[in-house]
Amino acid sequence: MSGGQDHHGPHHDHDHEDGSRFSDTELRVKALESLLVDKALVDPQALDALIDTYETKVGPRNGARVVAKAWTDPAYREWLLHDANAAIASLGYTGRQGEDMVVLENTPSVHNLVVCTLCSCYPWPVLGLPPVWYKSAPYRSRAVIDPRGVMRELGLEVGDDVEVRVWDSTAEVRYLVLPERPAGTEGWSEEELASIVTRDAMIGVARVEMPPGGKAP
Amino acid sequence: MNGVHDMGGMHGLGPVEMEANEPWFHHEWERRVLALTLATGFLGEWNIDMSRHARERTPGVDYLAATYYEKWLWGLERLLVEHGLVPQSEIDARRRDPAAPVRRTGHPRMLVAENVEPLLKKGGKARVNVTMPARFAAGDRVVAHNINPTGHTRLPRYARGRAGVVDRDHGVFVFADSHAMGLGPQPQHLYSVRFAARELWGPEASERDAVYVDLWEAHLDAA
Repeated sequence: MSGGQDHHGPHHDHDHEDGSRFSDTELRVKALESLLVDKALVDPQALDALIDTYETKVGPRNGARVVAKAWTDPAYREWLLHDANAAIASLGYTGRQGEDMVVLENTPSVHNLVVCTLCSCYPWPVLGLPPVWYKSAPYRSRAVIDPRGVMRELGLEVGDDVEVRVWDSTAEVRYLVLPERPAGTEGWSEEELASIVTRDAMIGVARVEMPPGGKAP
Repeated sequence: MNGVHDMGGMHGLGPVEMEANEPWFHHEWERRVLALTLATGFLGEWNIDMSRHARERTPGVDYLAATYYEKWLWGLERLLVEHGLVPQSEIDARRRDPAAPVRRTGHPRMLVAENVEPLLKKGGKARVNVTMPARFAAGDRVVAHNINPTGHTRLPRYARGRAGVVDRDHGVFVFADSHAMGLGPQPQHLYSVRFAARELWGPEASERDAVYVDLWEAHLDAA
């Protein structure tokens, strides 16, 4: 397998009389969903509301706002680093898979990287659902033993004089990286700053870069 | 359990591949599996640690070949059957015939649409609001137990028997190892423990770097 990129899984497809094609997995999910609905164990409207939440309401824009506020408001930054739960909740980002948050600050001498080697734990309220690479065996296996190699493959070189701290999310605490603010962004508004903060920087596999042209997009 | 899910430190599983502008889901069925898993979780028949354990009980060969939501699907089917919500015979019958009859059972805690937002916002607290003495404090030297339980554990293999330093006390939390096995929450202090990269991986590792692992009091001894 190559990083879970084969989304069809190890299955073949079926041809159907109407010409449509469903994978074994797709049929298995359809069977289970119809069964649970008919048994009145799940409500189809609740399923749609769950999907809508994670597809449209939660995502890394939330985390980016947390980061931008920490960059522009020193008191908020202090609060965030010492009581991330309260500081993040004050912006309205709370809930499932983010009940207990810790924020890790990157500095010129310390670089933080987050992984979950045992499953795929990830701070949903501030970053949304995790990307495939974060959930993949290659990342989960290598982030702890070769963090510098993994980051290099992903385009991030961390100097030998910088300490790399890898955080393995083995419990219910969820970690968010507070990246370094790029030089040249002095005077930018919180909104402009939030627009350049990426999901990958908040996991620790990227830096926040000044956009080409030196202006917020 | 010493399963393939406990993969920290393994080699040979391939390069890390990022997909540019990755969508939240790659197939409609992935949306359905996420929603079915969350919705049935709210029935309260099992806890989140049991749910994780159900996924990691996927046979190793299948686990490595599966995508994320396939593991969720298989874990969910396992939980539904093991907790008596759905007989395996009904799952099998529905797979053969989409119109196969099933027994309508209902559930007093079935998740309804208007409760989705408040329940997701509230989350499920693993932190326990009790005061109990902490055996360790930041700066204490500790050793992770060398254990090989066949059930669920959050002490990864790569840290077992290794010495580290307590970085911080997160407070009192439900103990996932017991909670997953139906042995109760056994609340206790949870710590972030700093292990030097060289302690875990030997002299080839960077002398500067470290791995922080969240471990419960029951995983640790004073060094």
